Amino acid sequence: MNASLAIFFVLAAVAVAAAVSLILQRHPIHSALSLIVVMVALAGLYLLMGAEFVAAVQIIVYGGAVMVLFVFVIMLLNAGEEEHTNFSKLAAYAGIPMAVAVAGLIAAAITRSTLPPAQDPTALTSTKSLSMLLFQDFVYPFELTSFLILVAILGAIVLAQREGN
Amino acid sequence: MSEFLHQYAFLIVPIIKVAILVLVVLTVDAYLTWLERKVIAHIQARWGPHRVGPHGLMQPLADGLKFIFKEDPMPANVDKPAYFIAPFVALMLALTSLAVIPFGPQKFTLWGYESSLGIADVNISLLVLFAITALGVYGVALAGWASNNKYSLLGGLRSSAQMISYELALTLSVVGVLLIAGSFSLREIVEQQGTSNLGFLSWNLFGFGHGIGFTQIIGFSCFFIAAIAETNRVPFDLPEAESELVAGFHTEYASMKFAMFFIGEYTSMVAVSCLATILFFGGWLSPFPASWTFTYYVPSLLFIPFGLWMIYDGIHYENIFGRIVLPGIGTVLTVVGIALILFPPANHLLQGLFWFALKVFIFMFVYIWMRGTLPRFRYDQLMSFGWKFLLPVSIANVVLTSAVILWRMH
Amino acid sequence: MIPTSYYLILSAILFGLGMIAFVFKRNIITIFMAIELMLNAVNLAFVAFSTAFGKSDGEVFVLFVIVVAAAEAAVGLGIIILTARNRRSLNVERVDLLKL
Repeated sequence: MNASLAIFFVLAAVAVAAAVSLILQRHPIHSALSLIVVMVALAGLYLLMGAEFVAAVQIIVYGGAVMVLFVFVIMLLNAGEEEHTNFSKLAAYAGIPMAVAVAGLIAAAITRSTLPPAQDPTALTSTKSLSMLLFQDFVYPFELTSFLILVAILGAIVLAQREGN
Repeated sequence: MSEFLHQYAFLIVPIIKVAILVLVVLTVDAYLTWLERKVIAHIQARWGPHRVGPHGLMQPLADGLKFIFKEDPMPANVDKPAYFIAPFVALMLALTSLAVIPFGPQKFTLWGYESSLGIADVNISLLVLFAITALGVYGVALAGWASNNKYSLLGGLRSSAQMISYELALTLSVVGVLLIAGSFSLREIVEQQGTSNLGFLSWNLFGFGHGIGFTQIIGFSCFFIAAIAETNRVPFDLPEAESELVAGFHTEYASMKFAMFFIGEYTSMVAVSCLATILFFGGWLSPFPASWTFTYYVPSLLFIPFGLWMIYDGIHYENIFGRIVLPGIGTVLTVVGIALILFPPANHLLQGLFWFALKVFIFMFVYIWMRGTLPRFRYDQLMSFGWKFLLPVSIANVVLTSAVILWRMH
Repeated sequence: MIPTSYYLILSAILFGLGMIAFVFKRNIITIFMAIELMLNAVNLAFVAFSTAFGKSDGEVFVLFVIVVAAAEAAVGLGIIILTARNRRSLNVERVDLLKL
């Protein structure tokens, strides 16, 4: 049990605990905060794998922009707590064990297959190689995503206009 | 014992550095409040705090005691987890951002562990700083939400919208520096500014000396303005101004929690000033060319007269406490200045730290000067300035810098 | 050295938790957040494979996924705001008739 394995287990436990908290919390703002914790934990895991640029982008874009959007919408819409309705008990009593069984099946399949090589925490992915790939091999999808963002901005502006304007 | 220290040095040395840094930063924050009150007072032709200790120097201590002893109320119907977490988040993020800033060039080896003057020396320190700035929005938004108060909610939402808008201009205005330096590491950015022998002309602000540079004056202006908006300072402090929304997002916070917001704001001011000096003003490099070794005595030349003046001023002070303390501090400064002349190794060690601290202090003074002088923006003026002026100018700076770099590399 | 399968199992667990949240929660915003959780789990699997094999293609794809998720969040939240304004409720079980 060396240091990186210990850090992995701590971060994984934090991520899973926060994901469970997302399900169990009643108020959406607390679920949003739990999701932010998940994202920061995942950024830590990316750092552990050596993907430092992706970790930074995850926090800046996902944690610092997308989740802020969620938090704003929850605050503006004044979303209250979840109502207590009688959902099907069968779904809870049969569904959750089945979900656990499916996850266990996937885990077993992963561990029994020909495994990819193990992670080396000291091998850092250089930003330079990442950007060479992004701007040389993947330049077409890159330009398409900029177009996609433009379309999303236009869509958001159209949606935000008031009636009769 | 020594065996234990050598084995765990990788853990103990950073902990010691963190403790020293937090102590220094908190003291600097406390005396920043003093400096702010004195400077603004003198701008407004009055004296500021001058009763609590000589020249009001014990005022931060008195304020700290007040914060500790004041009642810490919690309003009814607040969202308890968010109400408790928000000030901690604000303070913690501000202090964490200081972890990746390099303060000096020296590397030293302690108990077999080699480290540098700066807590963590990572490859992507600039990106880490931006990530922490991006997360800083949550402290404000959560504080506004949790307070169960319309004015706090409005102030919190306005403030977080402002911070997000200016974060874009902040990030883009730094891209010019990144293009010149070719690395995200703050240490390498400073070292790259020191390669030529031109003194202050080789700083990124002016950009002479290395082959592929371009002056970053536009970038620095955009960065500084966006940084003031990020830290919610005048002229961008509408969301927390007293005459506007009561006190904005920290209306319902009192005593220790308010102190945490306060310290978080000053610490993020310090962090942004450190970033500005590193990126545009050469960090720990002295403004004189490196080959002029006689300029190594400039710090002493500043300490000794200042110490002597403090002694002279203190002797004629009105009460007895001032007549002991002020000359005491003055004597210490004079002795330090003389010791620096007599012991060149110590002088060499302190050079980088001295210039870094001086530049950061000048930035803090400009911050405070602006608070005393400028009126504040209205909210719609603020947002349109950020999106319609600052962001296009930052993008134009990126385009211009990359055009010049391509032309020079040709 | 951490085996890559550990990261993949964690990704599967997070994906499963996202699915459970998607099925069981009734607030539309929480359901949307469950979708983001599932996307994050997939990102983790991508980065795990990319760093295991030493090629950066997976990380480039992660950048694209993050961008697409951001665009989707923007437009999706716009639609949610409009729907919530019209029906005055954020409960998905109330949005079951074409007529308001």
